[in-house]
Amino acid sequence: MTQESPKPGRIVPAPENFLSPVAKGRRRALKALLGGSAAAAAGAALAGSEGALGVPPWSKTLGKPVGANAYGLPSAFEKQVFRRESPGLTTTPQSSVVFTPLQNLFGIITPNGLHFERNHGGRPDIDPYQHRLMLNGLVRQPKIYTMNDLMRFPSVSRIHFVECGANSAMEWGNVSVPTVQYTHGMLSCAEWTGVMLSTLLDDCGFDRKKAKYILAEGADASGLTRTLPIAMALDDVIVAYGQNGEMIRPENGYPLRLLVPGVQGVSSVKWLRRLEVGDQPWSAREESLHYSDLMPGGMSRQYTWIQECKSVITSPSGGQKLLDKGYYQVTGLAWSGRGRIKRVDVSTDGGRNWRTAELQNPILSKALTRFRIDWAWNGEPALLQSRAVDETGYVQPKMRQLREVRGSRSIYHNNAIQTWKVDPSGEVHNVQV
Amino acid sequence: MSRSERIALLLAAFAALPAFAADYGLGRSATAGEVAEWDIDVRPDGQGLPKGSGSVADGQMLYDEKCSVCHGTFGEGGEYMALAGGVGSLKTNAPMRTVGSKLNYATTLFDYIYRAMPFTAPKSLTFDETYAISAYVLHLNDILPADAVLDQDSLPKVQMPNRDGYTRDHGMGSIDAKADVRNDLCMKDCEKAVEIRSELPPTFTAKMYGDVSKDFRRYADFASAAEAAGESAAQKAAASSAGLKLAQQHACVACHGVANRIVGPAFRDVATKYKGQADAGAALMDKLAKGGAGNWGPVPMPPQAAVPEGDRKALIEWVLQGAPE
Repeated sequence: MTQESPKPGRIVPAPENFLSPVAKGRRRALKALLGGSAAAAAGAALAGSEGALGVPPWSKTLGKPVGANAYGLPSAFEKQVFRRESPGLTTTPQSSVVFTPLQNLFGIITPNGLHFERNHGGRPDIDPYQHRLMLNGLVRQPKIYTMNDLMRFPSVSRIHFVECGANSAMEWGNVSVPTVQYTHGMLSCAEWTGVMLSTLLDDCGFDRKKAKYILAEGADASGLTRTLPIAMALDDVIVAYGQNGEMIRPENGYPLRLLVPGVQGVSSVKWLRRLEVGDQPWSAREESLHYSDLMPGGMSRQYTWIQECKSVITSPSGGQKLLDKGYYQVTGLAWSGRGRIKRVDVSTDGGRNWRTAELQNPILSKALTRFRIDWAWNGEPALLQSRAVDETGYVQPKMRQLREVRGSRSIYHNNAIQTWKVDPSGEVHNVQV
Repeated sequence: MSRSERIALLLAAFAALPAFAADYGLGRSATAGEVAEWDIDVRPDGQGLPKGSGSVADGQMLYDEKCSVCHGTFGEGGEYMALAGGVGSLKTNAPMRTVGSKLNYATTLFDYIYRAMPFTAPKSLTFDETYAISAYVLHLNDILPADAVLDQDSLPKVQMPNRDGYTRDHGMGSIDAKADVRNDLCMKDCEKAVEIRSELPPTFTAKMYGDVSKDFRRYADFASAAEAAGESAAQKAAASSAGLKLAQQHACVACHGVANRIVGPAFRDVATKYKGQADAGAALMDKLAKGGAGNWGPVPMPPQAAVPEGDRKALIEWVLQGAPE
């Protein structure tokens, strides 16, 4: 690649890169702010002529006092970073989804205001003083806990992803959405704090011999219910109230939710009000009519809990545009419901040849892992792909390998390798090979 | 060792225990009445079904009043999901997921209606009403006759058409289960030919999602910020192509026509001249920054350093693409 471009590719640092196209608008704003030709000249200098950077107004005026935003908000220049609905996907916004803008995020943690939101009966606004968790069924003593009770139990804080089982569902048949926000944005990752479910089960004296399954039930309008095997429930499931250091956001289950690491998001029941211990699965609506995987031939796979190993390049990704030939960092996310990510390979030629990417610490079990690799774009068409491997040795499959086994009507658990096409113009498009 | 010393040691041992095995003293016992009030789930074997009953005939009246507005008079659906029909469709290319075609147990229907329906007034139905509506929906699916009555004994016995349509023999039931699809770790010459088999139609994204370049912080025009700074969407839309818009905005069109010469060459003549030249973009960037003369006649091209670099680049790309309008 150095042979193709003897001069180093033009690396535009991120701030310049995103600010330079608005130089005109900003100059105008500066003019309006300061008035006069001197100010205009300073603005022009700031906008880019070499040799005179000027001194921007924020360096020459007193800033705002501390506490001007008692609860901090992103810069006004970040207004394009928000959760979006995919048009035409659902009938009603009460039973719908907004997607996380993965293309705008760094590292592995999803800011709380950007965690994807999937509701089945609207978002309740629950009063934590009145909220109760009931634990019943095959237990020595059915119990009721207040939030205060739950927050006094020994706690854990763990970083885990939550991915909807239907993430990438719109892509089973064909390409149907333009950006990574829509292809993969039913995916978020946070540090969750709460009490281990096993602690609560012990506290109620659950029947170790008879207990085979747990039912979790939400306090929302849909009263969403999901079955969990007892082994999973006793392993690493958290009854969570904390999300990245603060109380869980209303959109994500305030004040209490289940967090089932590595398992499709619907099992991490939000607004949790009840847990029941039983000896049979429940075949609830959201584990039979929906959230079951339809196979060719008409059979449905039921209780498909595990989110298999998957990855996606978040930059460059669909809808972006490379302004120049030269150096780019290819970066993205990898995750597995079976444990840690072991390796991620990246191809720029549609899967003909692969190079192993660098994994960024921390590499945690059932959490997002950030990968990156250097790439010099030579201006020719490119097909970017990433392929993740988890600690069990499972390799993320190609779309056609998935279709050969599962057809294209199963809706859930599409963990195929994603392809982004880079045009000679620099435009990046979602395609399938 | 004295007794008090032994007690002290014992206490120290307890304090060092990693888990607090004793009763935390948190929470309280739930009364039978409280459990009965909240424990509304119904299992396939009928456990959890309350006392009560409802007929298809009663169900029809309730359904017409509370359900048909979303699900259609005959359960055919519309904006909201169809409840009836589609039996046998799951193995076709147009699978319908209805009560009759997909559910394996009728108990799920009762459970869901009671907890979540009607959509805008969940948990408002009585047990009898829930039995009746369940009966009617099953009747709409030709699963129950018109004179049927459902209760806690008869509901679990209803045989759904898709009773055996589910399997738990798959790789996603536990972490240790064997995956159904395997890929390999080939690194070199892995594919003979790579063909793009699916992509979005050219106008689809703009039509459905608007200008997705606004969704990004990098690589794209920062259009939303430009709007915030006072440039209206209407102004931007005045020219149909982004390149022409830029050419108008920076007054390039004062000297260059798209297809006609003014004082400088037509944009399309420039495109023709540089066609096939790999370094044309860089050469023109240089010319825009420093100005040029001699290629197209006596009038010199003044330097355009005041035009932001990103715009200059976009303009050159547009010109080299043949200046599409």
